[in-house]
Amino acid sequence: MRKEDRSAFLRGRGKLKREIAELVKSWPVLRQLDGDPLGLGKSVQSNRSRTLEPRIAEADHVAQSICPFCAVGCAQLVYVKDGAVMQVEGDPASPISRGRLCPKGAATKNMHDGPLREYKVKYRRPYGTEWEELPLEQAMDMIVDRILRTREETWEETTREGNPAKRTMGIANLGGATLDNEENYLIKKLLTSLGVVQVENQARI
Amino acid sequence: MPSLGTSFGRGGATDYQQDLMNSDCITIMGSNMAENHPVGFQWVLEARERGAEVVHIDPRFTRTSAMSTKYIGIRAGSDIAFLGGVVNYILENDRWFHEYVRTYTNARVIIDDAYVDTEEADGLFSGWDPEQGKYDATTWQYKGMQVHGSGGSPEEGVKGEQSHGSHGGLLSHGDPPEEDWDLEHPRCVFQILKRHYARYTPEFVAETCGCTVEEFLWYADTICKNSGRERTGAFAYAVGWTQHTTGVQLIRSAAIIQLLLGNMGRPGGGIMALRGHASIQGSTDIPTLYNILPGYLVMPHTEHYGGLQKYIERSTAPAGWWGNADAYIVSLLKAWWGPAATKENEFCFSWLPRIDDDNSHYWTVQQMLKGKVKGYIVAGENPAVGSANGRAQRLGLAQLDWLVVRDLVEIETASFWYDSPEIESGELRTEQIPTEVFFMPASTHLEKDGSFTNTQRLLQWHFKAVEPKEDCRSELWFYYHLGKKIKEKLKESQDPKDWPVQHLTWEYGEQGGNEEPSASDVLREINGYDDHGQLLAAYKLLKADGSTSCGCWIYCGAYADGKNMAARKTPHWEQTYTALEWAWSWPANRRLLYNRASADPDGKAWSDRKELVWWDAEQKKWTGHDTPDFDEEKPPDYVPPDDAKGPDAIAGNHPFIMQADGLGWLYVPQGLEDGPLPTHYEPHESPFDNPLYSQRANPRRQQNKDLEEDPYNPVAGEGGSELFPYVVTTYRLTEHHTAGGMTRFTPYLSELQPQMFVEVHPDLARERGLEHGGWATIVTMRSAIEARVLVTDRMRPMKVNGAVRHQVGLPYHWGQRGLVTGGAANDLAHMALDPNVHIQEVKAFTCDIRPGRRPRGPKLAQFMDELRAEARAARATATRHEPEETRKT
Repeated sequence: MRKEDRSAFLRGRGKLKREIAELVKSWPVLRQLDGDPLGLGKSVQSNRSRTLEPRIAEADHVAQSICPFCAVGCAQLVYVKDGAVMQVEGDPASPISRGRLCPKGAATKNMHDGPLREYKVKYRRPYGTEWEELPLEQAMDMIVDRILRTREETWEETTREGNPAKRTMGIANLGGATLDNEENYLIKKLLTSLGVVQVENQARI
Repeated sequence: MPSLGTSFGRGGATDYQQDLMNSDCITIMGSNMAENHPVGFQWVLEARERGAEVVHIDPRFTRTSAMSTKYIGIRAGSDIAFLGGVVNYILENDRWFHEYVRTYTNARVIIDDAYVDTEEADGLFSGWDPEQGKYDATTWQYKGMQVHGSGGSPEEGVKGEQSHGSHGGLLSHGDPPEEDWDLEHPRCVFQILKRHYARYTPEFVAETCGCTVEEFLWYADTICKNSGRERTGAFAYAVGWTQHTTGVQLIRSAAIIQLLLGNMGRPGGGIMALRGHASIQGSTDIPTLYNILPGYLVMPHTEHYGGLQKYIERSTAPAGWWGNADAYIVSLLKAWWGPAATKENEFCFSWLPRIDDDNSHYWTVQQMLKGKVKGYIVAGENPAVGSANGRAQRLGLAQLDWLVVRDLVEIETASFWYDSPEIESGELRTEQIPTEVFFMPASTHLEKDGSFTNTQRLLQWHFKAVEPKEDCRSELWFYYHLGKKIKEKLKESQDPKDWPVQHLTWEYGEQGGNEEPSASDVLREINGYDDHGQLLAAYKLLKADGSTSCGCWIYCGAYADGKNMAARKTPHWEQTYTALEWAWSWPANRRLLYNRASADPDGKAWSDRKELVWWDAEQKKWTGHDTPDFDEEKPPDYVPPDDAKGPDAIAGNHPFIMQADGLGWLYVPQGLEDGPLPTHYEPHESPFDNPLYSQRANPRRQQNKDLEEDPYNPVAGEGGSELFPYVVTTYRLTEHHTAGGMTRFTPYLSELQPQMFVEVHPDLARERGLEHGGWATIVTMRSAIEARVLVTDRMRPMKVNGAVRHQVGLPYHWGQRGLVTGGAANDLAHMALDPNVHIQEVKAFTCDIRPGRRPRGPKLAQFMDELRAEARAARATATRHEPEETRKT
């Protein structure tokens, strides 16, 4: 056999060998023997499954968060793409939740971008029958005016008995148990400085 | 809770959730943990898989019952009778942990000769004043000791939320003056306890609670068998215990049991308070509450004002960590008013506003109804659905001048003026309501940095993932910019009342286009600085001379060495199960409180199986698996010298370091409004007489006898009580969260739980002609709501005092708005409160239930008017008189 013919033959034989080997390897029993004895894993995986990637693989970044519902304090991983939340799931690293979330925690994304979420300030004037639009900045200024006006009108320097009071009983604030520590801190600090003492939250409810 | 605070020294949960797996017996009571804290419940199941008993004691058979090894049904509102029975069983059968109780609790302390128990005075303790409707606690004290008050109100001592988190008992000096180590003196706490609970026999428990004698005895034996040197038992509770007019005393009952059995401060022991909001613990530690300042310092009171020195004297305990109260308050004032706060001006203490006895949420609602509160800011809460007596809440809102509602969605509190039951019935008319309403869209937690403090006192940081859209802003942004604008407006003012605002420190870094203030900067201020501007590492470094600042002393260390400790996220597989490097817990990253008690008086573990923290004699320090909740270098045999003060005055074998005597308090000499020991009273509304006393309900409960908007159902012994024959209890579902703002507006969750329903037993359904899947109307003097009927034997009838009574179950998540709507259970509830914490009783009140839908439109108002008139007429025929109204003790 000529040298060229021989190498062509060998190449052909090599190809044939590879093809036979592929054919034998694709036999289900053998595939199973390769580390998948029950035949429930990779030996029966379709090409599509093999090439599937989780949604989160496309995320730009992931933020570590904490579930906002009850006080168990499950850890969450928040996957973000193009500035929007694409997935919220349990963080396996947490010693408390070990990756688990309950139905509420698992619906966090749905709460975050739900159809009834409000994005604009709404204003109802006294005796009004409709909501009206109001720019955020203007709403803030109006609220400031009302706080200062009511404080002025209802200021108690002393009690009826003459003891120092230094407060207003005309303003009250409710809420806090769903908020951050830092937010509660600013609420208490600011309102105390204004003399507002009726500062309360869900601890009573 | 003040119950935990007065018993042990701090009101926080004493344990952490993962530690439940070390328990040999877990009692879940006043909680449906499997459904309401499902992920935390995995630790209960871990314990069960390791062979622990899990006992669920509850009026309803729930998924928690299904997952437990034993379920015992008791009627709503009878928990103190049940737990009192356990106390009696432990004492009668000598099952208490002798060495623990003698050394670590106040069992040996002798009480004032003038103390009279409820057992001797038909349901009233000594000191009752019928005119004021209050107790004078002088006779409840340790013998030979004066009452020692705290900053707010010296006569009454520590009370309410100041003991909710971190406030232990204050005494006029450290060691109790008179003791009997043999526990035989007739007036020692141990003997008082024995006499107080002697009538709580197994038969009494069965008659009162509706369980069987066998069930009770099995439980009492089981919990005792699983306590002692080798074994420990834990309790888990939630608002099923808190929301009663006896809520605080109810939790106290568990505290007594856990002290008698020696389960406090030990792995697998303790009392796990399961809180229902992401940061309800945090919002008490750094309080949005009227009567405390950060770190459980009391708010100054109008009646007992005397300047900073007086305040410090009253807040300082002679022994224990409240001995340093001066450092805590001065550092707080420095954090708030910075350079303006000087020694000469008492660090601006006089700038703090002062409170009255009760300026709590339900008091505020009454002031609204009277037109005295003009402006209201509601942030992340929905009182129109979530608070008791929704109608009174909404009528109050309609009296305001202005209202700001901040939430993710337009909740009922924002829409009351055009969409509420009162608009429907014609009681309110939109065009006649003067309230100006601002709805401000809020940010979700995904749109902001910050920390939540979870149910186990753990500060966990969440990082911002995305920017908020359009007008959505965080609460941090709102209050920061509000403050900035107000300061700008008032900067030229000469009015002294504006000084506190003008000088308030308000410098936080602004980030991004929205000028979002830096949450890290705020946490740094909370942590505190020394006079070189260095972040402090621990609260023991705080000074009273103005050289340190600290926004909340129990959080000092959360930013130690410039590191955000709350943001630590070391995975659990890289550390031991205590996970000391995941986030940070107050105090000082201690995970299991009072863990000095996990060792015997000599400092050795009670057993190998239950070792946690012990004295290392060679290294001369406390060491172990957790951060020791004790002075690290104080040896177990340390005896304080006579002149010792503060922490130095606590002996080496006294583990409860926040208490002025270092002891666990079986008996609470001061700090509670309604008595030193829990005793069984009926709920404010109950179809039953009190089997123990002619005093039916808690005499000290807060009630609004003259408030037209809060009428009460006639009760046992009154004419008309047959109009409201059933006991009703409210609860949550897994798929919804409290008043529903975060879930009823969310598609997936609305689909999972789409409709308000009422759970009734088949016998009750027959009795009232209710059809499964059909409609029923539930009625009280406050309102009538409708719900779909769920006929189920999960809601069991109870045989009580010989008669069979039905209970009705209502989830409370629904309201007028959202993707799924329904009747609000809280519309049915009254506003009678626990006197210590002003919490409403929604876990046991009375109702009627009728087939069919409720009257609509104006017919509803007419229906309610007729019902109220009928009940009032019936009550007039036979009015009940109770000892509380006349008898002075």
